[in-house]
Amino acid sequence: MSNKTQKKETAKGKGATKAVSSEILLRMYRNAYATRHFELKCMELYRQGFIRGYLHPYLGEEAIAAGACEALRPEDYIVSTHRGHGHCISKGADLKKMFAEIIGRETGYCKGRGGSMHMFSKENNNLGANGIVGAGIPIGTGAAMGIKVRKSDQVVIVFFSDGAANQGVFPESMNFASAFNLPVIFILENNHYAVSTPVECSFGNCDLACKGPAYGVPGVCVEGNDAVEVYTTTKSAVERASKGEGPTLIEAKTYRHGGHHVNDPGLYMDQELLTQWKAKDPLDILKKKIKNKKKLKMIEEKMDQELDEAVAFAKNSPQPSVDDFLASIPNF
Amino acid sequence: MSEMMYREALNRALFEEMRRDPTVFVLGENIGERGGSYQVTAGLLKEFGAVRVMDTPLSEATFTGAAVGAALTGTRPVVDILFVDFTTVCMDAIVNQAAKYEFMSGGQGEVPMVLRTQGGAGNGIAAQHSQSLEAFFYHIPGLKLVMPSTPSDAYGLLVSSIRDNQPTIFLEHKLLYMTKGDVPDEAFNVPLGKADVKKEGDDVTLITYSYMTLKCLEAAELLEKEGISVEVLDLRTLKPLDQEAILASARKTGKVIIVHEACKRGGVGGDIAAMIMEEAYDDLDGPVIRVCGKDTSIPYNLELEKVCIPTVADIIEAVIKIT
Repeated sequence: MSNKTQKKETAKGKGATKAVSSEILLRMYRNAYATRHFELKCMELYRQGFIRGYLHPYLGEEAIAAGACEALRPEDYIVSTHRGHGHCISKGADLKKMFAEIIGRETGYCKGRGGSMHMFSKENNNLGANGIVGAGIPIGTGAAMGIKVRKSDQVVIVFFSDGAANQGVFPESMNFASAFNLPVIFILENNHYAVSTPVECSFGNCDLACKGPAYGVPGVCVEGNDAVEVYTTTKSAVERASKGEGPTLIEAKTYRHGGHHVNDPGLYMDQELLTQWKAKDPLDILKKKIKNKKKLKMIEEKMDQELDEAVAFAKNSPQPSVDDFLASIPNF
Repeated sequence: MSEMMYREALNRALFEEMRRDPTVFVLGENIGERGGSYQVTAGLLKEFGAVRVMDTPLSEATFTGAAVGAALTGTRPVVDILFVDFTTVCMDAIVNQAAKYEFMSGGQGEVPMVLRTQGGAGNGIAAQHSQSLEAFFYHIPGLKLVMPSTPSDAYGLLVSSIRDNQPTIFLEHKLLYMTKGDVPDEAFNVPLGKADVKKEGDDVTLITYSYMTLKCLEAAELLEKEGISVEVLDLRTLKPLDQEAILASARKTGKVIIVHEACKRGGVGGDIAAMIMEEAYDDLDGPVIRVCGKDTSIPYNLELEKVCIPTVADIIEAVIKIT
């Protein structure tokens, strides 16, 4: 492996050892578990022909969204990515409307116009996934700018990937947020692959958190599979943003449990690394920290039922009306 | 009624809208203390402060994308891009984000932003600062496109654009900023999607917009002396397009010439001509003619620059040929 990957990381996640309440642990587990099984159901629906186009599972990365969103209030914003189901679920979305959107029904969040890649949930202040890698970074930065104009106390989390970190808008947005002290937290989900290109092949410096300090943005690297570490680090960043001290960059290291999308077997992935990462499954890590096993079981059972009901709701939902759609298009 | 310059009318609209609505704010390069290259944002910083009048870093892709995010979350940003030529740097934010967000989100995410910029040749600033790129935006569903020619229209259309809930590209022309015209003293707005007959006539229709409206009016006046009655229809907004006004004038005169500064190839004139022929073929005396910019980059040399864009003489020649 290139020595580029061996460079020292900027900082370790702060307060990772701080105790968090069982209530928080259980909520994070609920969201991580929901995401894991939502994705597995989606893959099933895909194979059954209910889902068209692209589907990018968040399998293996669930702890990042679950941990980060736990640090937010309902009025705070998130900006998501094409691999965004976990963000949407952890921000409180209705699973029925999510499944309905993913199979293109009228009852979906976007009335079947968006699909998996454009999930948007206004009721949860989720400003949407994006089909253009990196495009959400300035959008989230702008949401933080809007917060300043409106004199509100909200904050924004922008989720994006290592691939997106090579788009010009990433350094531009960090600089912009830093210059104006905007209340935004950049969460870089480093899953080690931009589709199939490994991080060490596409970065001159693989310490991605270090990209922050160059722009006056503190950069912190965390174990992305540990929801507690993600949560405590994000919480510090949220507090910093709320105090008007500006943005933070959090690099959360993780690994996809499969290929880029549902039909990509991911044969290019380092199988040894994959085994190592699977051994530190985000759900298992979180589970070990929860003492009340009875409650865990209850959460799982309730979620299994909720997911089944949500899938049934989606399947029984009407298709969007073609006539209504055509009527909405200007003639010329 | 007061006489004012085009740039002053735009400035007035910004002042009034920012006073009326605290969620309206402007952002762009050198728009604060300097007041923008053409003084359109002059004085705003002093009254509204640096949060609502943001001098941005030179990052068009990011601050245009940021405007989308700000618009999604309850504000009305007015983005200032120095030259339309620079919008190529922020096309993702315009085409894939601003134009599509409301659609992709099933109506949940409206993007009430305005992107003000300016184009056109005539100042000797060569190929990367003189283009007319409206066809880019004309082609994209989800965008509105406004190109006013007079101070009064500039004021009234900017007011409407700021209040509109869809992303609007507000395209000014660098040679219009210093032109003068009467603007009513009371607040008003000009609705988007309404063309304006700038001069009535019976023999031939000139369909035009932006700076070329002035050229068409000049040509029409000279032709009038020769006994040719010319109607000048200023489209004012290209999207929505006032199809009704276009067809009414085409049917009235039966002879249509479309005049624009942008290159003829792939220009909006071709699209409007096709629409007229589809809808009003039987009322036409002959084919719709286009008098447009040449298919070239704009050269620096003055004499070379002049021959690239339509002149009054070109318009007169085209009219005489078909009347």
